Amino acid sequence: MALLEIRNLSVEFQTSQGPFRAVDGVDMTLDRGEILGVVGESGSGKSVSVLALMGLLPWTATVTADRMAFDGLDLPRIDAAQRRRLTGKDMAMIFQEPMTSLNPCFTVGFQIMETLRTHMGGSRRDHRRRAIELLEQVGISAPESRLGAFPHQLSGGMSQRVMIAMAISCGPRLLIADEPTTALDVTIQAQILDLLLALQREHGMALVLITHDMGVVAETAQRVSVMYAGQQVEEREVDRLFDRPRHPYAGALLDALPERSVGHRRLPTIPGVVPGAGDRPRGCLFAPRCRFADDRCADAPPPLEADGDGRVRCYYPLGDTPPGDRRGAAA
Amino acid sequence: MTGEIVLEAEGLARHYTVRRGLLAGRATVRALAEASFTLARRQTLAVVGESGCGKSTLARVVTLIEPPTAGRLLVDGLDVSTADRERRVALRQAVQIVFQDPYGSLNPRKKVGTILEEPLVINTKLSAAERRAQAEEMMAKVGLRPEYYARYPHMFSGGQRQRIAIARALMLRPRILVADEPVSALDVSIRAQVLNLLMDLQEEFDLAYLFISHDLSVVRHIADDIMVMYLGRPVEQGRAEAIFANPRHPYTQALLASTPAVDPALRRKRIALSGELPSPLDPPPGCAFHRRCPHATEVCAREQPVARPFDGRAVACHHVEAVAEGMARPRAPAPA
Repeated sequence: MALLEIRNLSVEFQTSQGPFRAVDGVDMTLDRGEILGVVGESGSGKSVSVLALMGLLPWTATVTADRMAFDGLDLPRIDAAQRRRLTGKDMAMIFQEPMTSLNPCFTVGFQIMETLRTHMGGSRRDHRRRAIELLEQVGISAPESRLGAFPHQLSGGMSQRVMIAMAISCGPRLLIADEPTTALDVTIQAQILDLLLALQREHGMALVLITHDMGVVAETAQRVSVMYAGQQVEEREVDRLFDRPRHPYAGALLDALPERSVGHRRLPTIPGVVPGAGDRPRGCLFAPRCRFADDRCADAPPPLEADGDGRVRCYYPLGDTPPGDRRGAAA
Repeated sequence: MTGEIVLEAEGLARHYTVRRGLLAGRATVRALAEASFTLARRQTLAVVGESGCGKSTLARVVTLIEPPTAGRLLVDGLDVSTADRERRVALRQAVQIVFQDPYGSLNPRKKVGTILEEPLVINTKLSAAERRAQAEEMMAKVGLRPEYYARYPHMFSGGQRQRIAIARALMLRPRILVADEPVSALDVSIRAQVLNLLMDLQEEFDLAYLFISHDLSVVRHIADDIMVMYLGRPVEQGRAEAIFANPRHPYTQALLASTPAVDPALRRKRIALSGELPSPLDPPPGCAFHRRCPHATEVCAREQPVARPFDGRAVACHHVEAVAEGMARPRAPAPA
């Protein structure tokens, strides 16, 4: 049995302009010790889908799912107390902005020990010992003296280490990292990613790494899921996806990376913008921006279907027929 | 005409006096020191580094927002510090800036047209009709539709706002454009559009770019020359291809190795840097990088290295020869 199994997860927000579907039919399966990368641009629904999983969305959100199971427990159907026992303990999360995710009014030590007090038994002395051990584990020097530090006394990289210490304090089996390094400098980013990977290996945690940085995913994840406008458009093994993307959006996104075209050449771009609440296409959501779209794409949304070793949401995946022939066939 | 020097900096420095706390008294932050470079027409000099390395201070000094504490800055061959008031006004028009955050840099209460015309109102004697004509012409050049003239910034996405900011910077037809992290707040596909636009405009208006960025893949794409900075000082400076092919300063090497790449062929063996970026308030003695440097010896802790020529570029490292020999790593393969 998979550790995490999500089927057909959708999230709708009630807005003044009517309902807005931020996440649309997302499936996610994750085994123990596996690393899944979720990439997409802003507004693609990557953060909202994991916030729904963690139960952290505000009341304006309507979450529906056929199944959202963690370790066999269907999360929407268990009671609130049971779910609170799981979140923060067995499933933990790290957020993008380490500087604003910590409470500025309490010391780092208090905030780590708060998690331990809530979820683990034991005495104050045990908690203190464990907190020191955790800070040491995430590479903070002089952990004993740091327990009394307030968040404003720490740099961004340090704060993120504290967040990681807090997240792993109860030995979670699933760790969700939402843009964990986006706010950090490159050399610090490398340190934090190495730390996450080391902890993941050591504890056999499953890791969901959400990011907009393709390079980070390519170097860390095993499997990657590409999201667009709330939907998954492609999912497969990392090397395969980056080597030979099948969905036109995944392909276009990779082509737009400056690292792929060095020199003063113009970068290939994706025309248009991500559809908003008002102009959601009837068919494939990417069709209005897709070079290969035809009437079929504009009429009916393609399903997410098995494709080789992964899944893709496209009638005409890249590499099936040369684009020229496809145009001819559509005309 | 490529190659004509439009900006020259010599030993540029900028210090700030800050209070360290209620009772602790004052301290001097050397935010920028010994920055020397030249910028030619149609060329792009990228300034690369992490937070606190002095990139943005450099941008503020070059755009004449702040005077340098020491050093000389020449715009179009004219020394900025000795220029009289009238000259300074002219010089300010020659250097314009695009900021990182397109949400913070546009006044939400002003329409796009007003934003674009403001520089003309202040600096020229054009009539309203002429100003409008110029604003509309510039909007077309940066890919904004004419009907946007009467809209407010909140109606635009990040990429379009950055187009507005670029248009505003170009209204006075500057010769130098300072771009302070112009694409870091943008998504991948939008980033590509804005980078293309910047390259098109550079050719059209013969612009010299001072391009400030922490994103090495963007820099690699757009830059002719690179200046890598660490804690206020340039550590390596030279042609972009040369530095990307063979970084010589240990910090540049670590920076390149830390940048994740999608293409496995572009990946470098990671050089794990321990420790944090030092605080500019309390810089380490000697070489600012020595506490994190894998090659540091005791001379590094004692003496500040001076930039000297090595392998066709300037490197500020005591052990650059030894580093070059010891680190005989395979070159990064040429990208296809």
